[in-house]
Amino acid sequence: MSSQMPHLSRASSFTSRKHEPSSTKMATLVVSRPPIAGFSFENCKRNVLLEGEASKLGCSLPAARKTGTTICGVVFKDGVVLGADTRATEGMVVADKNCSKIHYISPNIYCCGAGTAADTEMTTQIISSNLELHSLSTGRLPRVATANRMLKQMLFRYQGYIGAALVLGGVDCNGPHLYSIYPHGSTDKLPYVTMGSGSLAAMAVFEDRYKPDMEEEEAKRLVRDAIAAGIFNDLGSGSNIDLSVITKGNVDYIRPHDEANKKGIR
Amino acid sequence: MATRTLFHSPLRPVEDFVGAGFAPDVSSYYTTQAEVRAYHRESVTKGDKMNSRGLRSQLKDSVPVAGLCPQGAYGLQDSLRSGFTSIKNELLPSHPLELSEKNFQLNQDKMNFSTLRNIQGLHAPLKLQMEYRAARQIQRLPFLPSSNLALDTLRGSDESIGFEDILCDPAQSEVMGEPHMMVEYKLGML
Repeated sequence: MSSQMPHLSRASSFTSRKHEPSSTKMATLVVSRPPIAGFSFENCKRNVLLEGEASKLGCSLPAARKTGTTICGVVFKDGVVLGADTRATEGMVVADKNCSKIHYISPNIYCCGAGTAADTEMTTQIISSNLELHSLSTGRLPRVATANRMLKQMLFRYQGYIGAALVLGGVDCNGPHLYSIYPHGSTDKLPYVTMGSGSLAAMAVFEDRYKPDMEEEEAKRLVRDAIAAGIFNDLGSGSNIDLSVITKGNVDYIRPHDEANKKGIR
Repeated sequence: MATRTLFHSPLRPVEDFVGAGFAPDVSSYYTTQAEVRAYHRESVTKGDKMNSRGLRSQLKDSVPVAGLCPQGAYGLQDSLRSGFTSIKNELLPSHPLELSEKNFQLNQDKMNFSTLRNIQGLHAPLKLQMEYRAARQIQRLPFLPSSNLALDTLRGSDESIGFEDILCDPAQSEVMGEPHMMVEYKLGML
């Protein structure tokens, strides 16, 4: 089914049809219903079949790129510190040695993403756009709770098939807030959170040394140590440590804060 | 001057809709007053009674179908147009999210309308649904992309971006349906 039909709005392309050589016959699809926007599930059955065939032959289909990660966040006296490692894996291979896992949501809200890299990227971009439209409509700086609600409702709608585990942090008119959002749509509002494959290592550091109302330097050191624990003790995390310090009216995006695993130095 | 549509704003009161009747602008993008008069004349001479419901709302696919059943006549598969059938395809969805995504907008609307009915009484969802029906009929011909501006404004989706704006955007599709077939299908002639 060749589908070279030019778009109707370009009128000039219609006149050029007369001059095309007769060997290029254009066929139009016979489509009785207009195409539906959004996710298309047409290929699902075919994919299941292909996976079955591939496993019979002994090989496997390529895996999606995951971020197999350590991400964490902590609330300190004046704001929020978010931290992340920078390794992206594709099965057993490192796909990206220096990927950026702290995504921009709004000038006062940032979000770290673990799980499938494409899912976290697209989800945070969609929510960022929606939040921008929302803040233009209300005329106010967006709140972290709004971003949390939007993310939670979208992830629940897709029942966990969008593999995005997020740590959302920011400072709004009510002070600093930190949320962790799981792929199925549940959220937790806590003073310190960790997510990803290295979350246990990072949480061990937090549980040992967290105190409420820390200073900024102390909080940065704590997050750096937590991510380093994840980098050294988890296969899925590695490379550098990125930090993002959000306070009222100011964001410090420190990339890289620390090069824990420098390439070439054993 | 050609009138664009009969409604100038989606929020007109109920009486205006009932009296005016919907323009049967079946074959034209814009309806002119002359055409409306001609239609009236013809239907009178043919002895058809002027149906108070707009023709558009009786056209195929104007009400979305919930579920996976085939959309041919009497629920049978239309092999010529929709290809071969497979009972498994009709009974089981190919992905657990398929049905839920297909009916997402419908279910959201149902939930919102029932909440509204419980809070404000029957009149509120009734008026809103009338406006939705009116706005849904403001469409271009089936093979052309419609902006659905009034519908978007009513729904509030003009201020939000979702996957339906990014993935499989019908305005950016590389293929165009065969115009005659699509219009004939819509009119139920096919």
